[in-house]
Amino acid sequence: MSLDPATVRRIAKLARIRVDEGQVEALRADLNSILGWIEQLNEVDTDGVAPLTGGTQMALRLREDAVNDGGMAEAVLANAPDRDGDYFAVPKVVE
Amino acid sequence: MAYTIEGSTGAWEVVVGLEVHAQVISKSKLFSGAATAFGAAPNSQVSFVDAAFPGMLPVPNREAIAQAVRTGLGLAAEINLVSRFDRKNYFYADLPQGYQISQFEHPIVGKGVVDIALADGSTKQVGITRLHLEQDAGKSLHDQHPTKSFIDLNRSGVALMEIVSEPDIRSPEEAGAYVKKLRSILRYLGTCDGNMEEGSLRADVNVSVRKAGEAYRTRCEVKNVNSVRFVMQAVEAEALRQIAVWESGGTVEQETRLFDANRGETRPMRSKEDAHDYRYFPDPDLLPVVLEQSWVDALKAALPELPDAKQARFIREYGLSPYDAAVLVAEQATAQFFEAVASGRDAKLAANWVTGDFFAALNRTGRSIENPPITAAALGRLLDLMADGTINGKIAKEVFEAMLDSGEDPAAIVDARGLRQVTDTSAIDAAVDAVLAANPEKVAEYKSGKDKLFGFFVGNVMKAMAGKGNPALVNAALKQRLG
Amino acid sequence: MTLTDLTLAQARDGLRARDFSAVELTEAYLSAIAAVNPRLNAYVLVTDEAARAQARAADAALAAGDHGALTGIPLAIKDLFCTRGVRTTAGSRILAPFVPPYESTVTANLLRDGAVFLGKANMDEFAMGSSNMTSAFGPVASPWTRRGDNRALVPGGSSGGSAAAVSARIALGATATDTGGSIRQPASFCGIVGIKPTYGRCSRWGIVAFASSLDQAGPVARTVEDAAILLGSMAGFDAKDSTSADLAVPDFAAACRRGVKGLRIGVPREYRMEGMAPEIEALWQQGLGWLRDAGAEIVDVSLPHTKYGLATYYIVAPAEASSNLARYDGVRFGARSAGGDLAELYENTRAEGFGEEVKRRVLIGTYVLSAGYYDAYYLKAQKVRALILRDFTEVFRSVDALVTPTAPTAAFAQGEKMDDPITMYLNDIFTVPANMSGIPGISVPAGLDGQALPLGLQVLGKPFDEETVFAVGAALERAAGFTALPGIRAGG
Ligand SMILES: [Mg+2]
Ligand SMILES: [Zn+2]
Repeated sequence: MSLDPATVRRIAKLARIRVDEGQVEALRADLNSILGWIEQLNEVDTDGVAPLTGGTQMALRLREDAVNDGGMAEAVLANAPDRDGDYFAVPKVVE
Repeated sequence: MAYTIEGSTGAWEVVVGLEVHAQVISKSKLFSGAATAFGAAPNSQVSFVDAAFPGMLPVPNREAIAQAVRTGLGLAAEINLVSRFDRKNYFYADLPQGYQISQFEHPIVGKGVVDIALADGSTKQVGITRLHLEQDAGKSLHDQHPTKSFIDLNRSGVALMEIVSEPDIRSPEEAGAYVKKLRSILRYLGTCDGNMEEGSLRADVNVSVRKAGEAYRTRCEVKNVNSVRFVMQAVEAEALRQIAVWESGGTVEQETRLFDANRGETRPMRSKEDAHDYRYFPDPDLLPVVLEQSWVDALKAALPELPDAKQARFIREYGLSPYDAAVLVAEQATAQFFEAVASGRDAKLAANWVTGDFFAALNRTGRSIENPPITAAALGRLLDLMADGTINGKIAKEVFEAMLDSGEDPAAIVDARGLRQVTDTSAIDAAVDAVLAANPEKVAEYKSGKDKLFGFFVGNVMKAMAGKGNPALVNAALKQRLG
Repeated sequence: MTLTDLTLAQARDGLRARDFSAVELTEAYLSAIAAVNPRLNAYVLVTDEAARAQARAADAALAAGDHGALTGIPLAIKDLFCTRGVRTTAGSRILAPFVPPYESTVTANLLRDGAVFLGKANMDEFAMGSSNMTSAFGPVASPWTRRGDNRALVPGGSSGGSAAAVSARIALGATATDTGGSIRQPASFCGIVGIKPTYGRCSRWGIVAFASSLDQAGPVARTVEDAAILLGSMAGFDAKDSTSADLAVPDFAAACRRGVKGLRIGVPREYRMEGMAPEIEALWQQGLGWLRDAGAEIVDVSLPHTKYGLATYYIVAPAEASSNLARYDGVRFGARSAGGDLAELYENTRAEGFGEEVKRRVLIGTYVLSAGYYDAYYLKAQKVRALILRDFTEVFRSVDALVTPTAPTAAFAQGEKMDDPITMYLNDIFTVPANMSGIPGISVPAGLDGQALPLGLQVLGKPFDEETVFAVGAALERAAGFTALPGIRAGG
């Protein structure tokens, strides 16, 4: 599979990373060479192999339903690049 | 008679599937220990996990998982002993992680059913495709500032159950009945409070239309509809829109739309214009959810009696009509109230009083069944006064009103106001004689064959006796005198 | 001998014997940092005042006889660990203004045991790199140089600042993280010890995530015993991390003294890579000889899928990273670039906030997860990952540990291998399989190459059997007698 410039633009959009037109070709070449190299995995016979997702094979631990966090709006907002009162602020969104 | 919409090219069938987002009742969020209460100060119920700070990790809430299992059991659905959490990736201002933790490939609950009852007395089964757990997003406020949107993350991370129906629904009525029934089941189970105004229950309505016998046509999703009435309106409005598109030679595009309740129409959602590619993959911060069958069994054993079972029992045990039984079981508290009133009494009379005067009183006073203006015990005592002949049905209505006003016990009201039923035949005979004597022309008319006037005489005798006459005795006395 | 030459174990004993104070030890390190760090750029932030306060508290504790395992020990903290009230950048411009209001579990454990934090160590941006060239705060120079060549070398990555600091004696030990080799490869390049414990041994809570199913914290230190002492403090169950293992932390330092008599050591034949430097092959053979001499049995084993580890890694890690890094959007913390609307704000913030390598990996990750490609890339990688784990599981039925080279080469110069990302990625070929399978691995300095640069040997062990890994690592260390020092160092 080989990336075309439109795909590079599309995934950049999905990833919300601005890619200027002048960068597209270099990125395309880079990504293609990495993807080409990755395709060595096609040599591996994985028929009937169950995918391994996590780093460990334990079962999930659950926590009890108790309120023991939150109540610290100031700490949550302290790093905000823009805030208004106790809200985070962003450019107006039209739904 | 199947519901169709008549277009210029003929009849159209409406095909609807619903995705209901139900907020799980739990003290803390799905993956953090922050509180879930409604209406708190902005960002006051936010942990660093909910705000997706660097290095923060989700730890699932056992109760939220139990609630999903209870709900699945209540929908007669398969419980998947192994499920897993996936990430649904997209960017939005109120989605702090840049992904929603949801369940995509392996939901916790599989196929189930909801039975709905329709106005024409028929019933219908709507299939449940699946139920999965996921996080709620935060809230964006777009109207607080001329150029900015404000973000409150209090809801961020609250546990939701997404309950997906099969496209089995065929009319606005069915859509409304489905949402009501689902809400009723959730409330019985105690897994969601069903409060649509506060957003605890929201429906995404998937609508398409087709001609009879056709395969499905393209559907559109109307997002976040927040009342039963709006669900019904949205189905109709969207179906009409699609029919108009098809009939004008156009093509319905698959898209996400919003319902505008003021205009009664749907419109495309601008912020969702981008073609979506959610890049689902298993959340690497979370291991598979593995449930013990014995744990599921224990949850099942502890489930309350659900509306359908209760309705069947009401019909069987109390001899109620399916309609009355359905009305009484819609809310668990109503059913409980009814059973307290009916216990040891005439159940049909109890049902009439609860669904009649009592419901009307709830409406008038703006009170709820949880905080009723008259207790079940007091209403029961009122019924007892009728049963033992102390008062008649007409006086009972007066006593009921007095109970509403004063909160006093019915027996005390009857005594204080002298409302005991008159069973003394001489008093009744005297009243009958007086009425007949005062209306000689009517007596003559009656005797000449105008039977309908009997009611006139009963009414006037009762009036003369201030309503307290025993109706059976009054009838008997009149019959005798009038021959 | 100056204070900065002591090992951690020696310094600990000296502090307890009151031979010197924690304040003296910390001051010695702070002076060394002031002298040496400008040449290395190993620290992005020196927290000297906080360090002095912690040292004074350590002295008070020592005087009261109330000391923990690390009381008064000065450490560098990789800038991937969130430290309460202390700027934490992950080596990225996008986090340049970020001051966490919380302390990572691992660093909290170290503080609980009395450690002194000297500052935050430089690193590859978001731990993505093998050279430390991708830091937004400038590259780290290795304290080592080739014989007769003054060109700055890379310290390895991504924990290059941590490794350079420990090697140059401007930290007594350091925290590090390893997603594909980021502890072991820089340890090898810098002539020090680094261990990636079993996935789940150290809590990931409060560590800026790169690839959640691979990330694991561990220490870099000057000796195997020092690494064991540090890991003993860093490790432990944490209810805040769903992938944390609820297991007791063994006495790792005691395991260093076990010896290897009777152990079966596997030599995976697939690690004999074509084009591997002959001196690395020779050192490997020598290491196996040392272990045989110490009473271990050496057996050939096969890990047939190991060669696919790296390609698998370059699907799994970018995929997870593309999602993990979505939270850096300029809304709640970190840097924001202006934009006319929200989409533009996101795109500008992330275009300007992330460096080239991070963007490359986020884009690769976005692509391999995207509609139509998931099965071909991500699902395929997960299946190969299962086979890699199966290889190890099989092999560990018959051997106690595996020994391999840590990296296919010694350190390279800054600017070398930069043209083609894949050449750079090949650095991690021997280390990545341990991340894919979650098993523990240590790198121990074992010798010098022809240009007098350090080379490390890697010991891999069974899941949660770090004790055997330490035992074998310590045996290699004893036999190797590695005493070479870098040219750039405190007092050097
Ligand atoms: Mg939906
Ligand atoms: Zn949903």
